[in-house]
Amino acid sequence: MLAYLWNLLDLVLASLVVALGWAAVASTDLRRGVVLFIAFGLLLAIIWARLNAPDLALAEAAIGAGLSGALLLAALRDEPATVDDIAYKQGPVSWATGLLSLVVGGAFAWALLHAHSAADPMRLADQVSTHLEQSGVSNPVTAVLLNYRAYDTLLELAVLLAAVLGIIAVGQARPAYRPAGPLFGALVGWLVPLLIVTGGYLLWVGAHAPGGAFQAGALLAGAAVMLRLGGNPGAGLPSAVTQRWLLVSGVGVFIAVGLIVTVDGHAFLQYPHNGSGMLILLIESAATLAIATTLALAYIGGTAPVGQDVAPGEEFKNQGLSD
Amino acid sequence: MLATGLIYNMAGVALFALGLRAAVLHRALLGRVLAINVCGAGVFMVFVALAYQGPGQVADAVPHALVLTGIVVAVSATALALALGRSLRESGDE
Amino acid sequence: MIDFLSMLLIIIGVAFFAAGSIGLLRLPDLYTRLHALTKADNLGLGMIVIGLALLSGSLVMAVKLILVWILVLAGGAASAHLIAQQALRRERA
Repeated sequence: MLAYLWNLLDLVLASLVVALGWAAVASTDLRRGVVLFIAFGLLLAIIWARLNAPDLALAEAAIGAGLSGALLLAALRDEPATVDDIAYKQGPVSWATGLLSLVVGGAFAWALLHAHSAADPMRLADQVSTHLEQSGVSNPVTAVLLNYRAYDTLLELAVLLAAVLGIIAVGQARPAYRPAGPLFGALVGWLVPLLIVTGGYLLWVGAHAPGGAFQAGALLAGAAVMLRLGGNPGAGLPSAVTQRWLLVSGVGVFIAVGLIVTVDGHAFLQYPHNGSGMLILLIESAATLAIATTLALAYIGGTAPVGQDVAPGEEFKNQGLSD
Repeated sequence: MLATGLIYNMAGVALFALGLRAAVLHRALLGRVLAINVCGAGVFMVFVALAYQGPGQVADAVPHALVLTGIVVAVSATALALALGRSLRESGDE
Repeated sequence: MIDFLSMLLIIIGVAFFAAGSIGLLRLPDLYTRLHALTKADNLGLGMIVIGLALLSGSLVMAVKLILVWILVLAGGAASAHLIAQQALRRERA
């Protein structure tokens, strides 16, 4: 009986999330689409919590809904405020794409139905839990990310570095915001220290409870976004030289640790048994700072144009807003 | 228990198909970026539903790690796409 | 007994949330909708938080939940103020 109630909840959540996804991409007004996408991200976080994935719920709420939403809203600010009558292109392209997505979706669904009815799926979960004590952490997701599949995480940090290099090369800093009024200024003043402390806590606790470097980096980036919205054009980031060092340190510390352990005769990234916890914490700390700087720079939009400070006062003179 | 995984698998496939269609057809760049994010969310949902083992039991950690990586890479790719779009618009040929 | 009280508080909280959502859909103006969202929803969250704090049984969890509620209150108040201020500016301009 209880199982049926849970399945009813699952049906409601699943249909809601598909409806929100449809509404977000099909809306003609892009502002409404972005707000619906933020709601979609939050509902996705609830679904991850329902599916026993607390690390993912934290990451989705912070990164997928929060930072993605902030990025898209900031990008909307650049766009001219036109609203089309129809969102999609019309004509034969529309029919062909509809057919293609039906075929692809159908094939995918058929394959998944087969996978579901398979008798004994092959899983790596048993191997993960067997060797968990030797991995240096007791949270299995952190163990997989930073020990068993550390090489994948190294490459992911390299992807982040490549993205932020692209943003710095191509993008210009977006216009800054006016200095915050008393209420918002007080909120920023309270929330930013709280976010920094909570980020540090999530970094530490990721070893034995849901948490870790990505969630901590996302919280620190959230603090940077709040500072920027409160009127600080640099989003509280240190000088440009320090930013470069922080960005590179994510990948750099990872590769350095991987190479240093080869001195003892281990393979690349094969941590020694008694030091793996400390090495994982070291790598995660560098990764947290790198992720936070990457996401903050992505929100700012790039570097300030050469020879010009992105000062808040100038941007509002021609918008007719008196204050 | 299996019904839960199946429900979310099908929802993930539906999101992927919706996002794919919108990614090709949407007129604005921002709409296409939204659609690819929705596609990605569908794929993540399939992964996490396959990792679900039952109400009280610890879920399989390997797909969770893959999805966590995917979430962070998705947001950085979105940021790069938006920066490129802004640069294209300013140079005049989006 | 405590279970019954928590259930009651959570159901009352959900009713407040429903009232806030109906207000969001049915009220005519931005400012009235902000009233519905901030007042009704935050009170509903408070009821749910108290119910969950009673259910959790540990003081640490209860303090954490109440901290969550205080943060949502602060964020909601600041957001509502900013939205209303911006809407007022747009109207005057």
